[in-house]
Amino acid sequence: MDSAWASASEIAQAVNAGTISAESVVEEALGVIAARDPLLNAFTAVTDARARARAQMLDSRRARGEALGPLAGVPFAVKNLFDVKGLATLAGSKINRDLPPATRDSPLIERLEAAGANLIGALNMGEYAYDFTGENLHYGPSRNPHDLNRMTGGSSGGSGGAVGGGLVPLALGSDTNGSIRVPSSLCGIFGLKPTYGRLPRNRTFPFVASLDHLGPFARSARDLALAYDAMQGADPDDPVCVDRPAEPVADLLERGTDGLRIAVAGGYFQKGLFPEAHVALDQVAAALHANTEVELPQAALARSAAYLITTIEGASLHLERLRKRANDFDPAVRDRFIAAAMVPGTLAVKAQKFRRWFQAEMMKLFARVDVIVAPATPCTAPEIGQKTFRLGGVEMPVRANLGLYTQPISFIGLPVVAVPIPLEPLPIGIQIIAAPWREDVALRVAYALENMGVAAAPRPQFEMGTA
Amino acid sequence: MPHDPLDALIEAAARVLDLPLEPEWKPAVAANLRVTLEHAAAVEAFALPDDAEPAPVFRA
Repeated sequence: MDSAWASASEIAQAVNAGTISAESVVEEALGVIAARDPLLNAFTAVTDARARARAQMLDSRRARGEALGPLAGVPFAVKNLFDVKGLATLAGSKINRDLPPATRDSPLIERLEAAGANLIGALNMGEYAYDFTGENLHYGPSRNPHDLNRMTGGSSGGSGGAVGGGLVPLALGSDTNGSIRVPSSLCGIFGLKPTYGRLPRNRTFPFVASLDHLGPFARSARDLALAYDAMQGADPDDPVCVDRPAEPVADLLERGTDGLRIAVAGGYFQKGLFPEAHVALDQVAAALHANTEVELPQAALARSAAYLITTIEGASLHLERLRKRANDFDPAVRDRFIAAAMVPGTLAVKAQKFRRWFQAEMMKLFARVDVIVAPATPCTAPEIGQKTFRLGGVEMPVRANLGLYTQPISFIGLPVVAVPIPLEPLPIGIQIIAAPWREDVALRVAYALENMGVAAAPRPQFEMGTA
Repeated sequence: MPHDPLDALIEAAARVLDLPLEPEWKPAVAANLRVTLEHAAAVEAFALPDDAEPAPVFRA
């Protein structure tokens, strides 16, 4: 097996069949991480002892004839805002190093491990998730596997780099305004942001309670589906996660796109696009025979309202840390939160009222279409350190604007699969957006695009080197 | 030159809210606040009826 590029489903099949041991899978993964992570800076902790012990346990269970599950022996890693027993939950910060080690894993880690997977480490991220770049002042930038001088995108930067760079076949991240979809786009991998409230968020470090989502990254739509199926279901400790029965999608992937009404997002979603994003969007639209364009009502205002709710709730979360440890924040994050703490609360309430209006309008749109296709980012990966880019002829900050097209969608919690379009020299992602609770539809379309050869996670060039 | 009311707001809010504010942080805080208030003005200008409900619903 090609340990640096095998899919989660291939690994699980081989481990379940006994053609490879969970122990050798882990050893190979640890070897790849040791060789490549110094380049990619994706990991902030490698839980090697834990992963080795668990692999031995999985192998002995198999030897006893027990079934290990659909993710048997699959190594995975999590953005370091997930609680990992024994580690302080950093959330990309210096301040959280002082937290006591977590006493229990996050529910999503427990559920993936119950399906046979094997946690191998925690991943770099933008400080407190307030970031679209994957840069981090305290831990160094996550680096893009397709060009080490470029951004991974953020805030789940390590998740993008680790999966896109072949360090793990599966990772978890969070997405408040685009933090799964932006790194998926820039790193050329698949990412799923499920419906708001679908997966439990307890035992993770929050950012914006109104908008936070958790979800998986992988190099294929099937792997996303396997991980997603293993993680569904309510948790009594998360009041936002809905009490809805699991709706497994892995067996539905091959249903194809027949009968689905697929449209392309126009207007706001095509302003400011770089040429490569246009090329990718056109390829996807052509493959899906998506000949109609739809206008999302007041999409720019949806982005503005998401921006407001994010900054105000984020400042509320961090107010006491700002008072006591302002100098321990990344100044770029600190200054945004200090400014947000000064915004009148009346404005946040209006944003929440607009959110309900926008959701009602979007539901009218979903009476006419099943899937909306939109760009995930305006461009391929910018260079690390790049502060601005030209969007529609206007010089704009990169940090706040890479998520221009993802923000209005997560604002009302729609499920989205970001699919990678393997353009040269750098990949770029497209959002496959479905109605609430229809992750199955978005994943079916992603799977179909993959089978058509339109979407694919490109293998990075440094494969050719010694790493 | 007249004093920018945004600067006055920032200085007063920092004191009232007991937030640290070094002089060299002020330009970035002001730039961020300006962008945030632009987004807020756009949302505020969108007319909604008096009985519009905010999105989050608390269930007792």
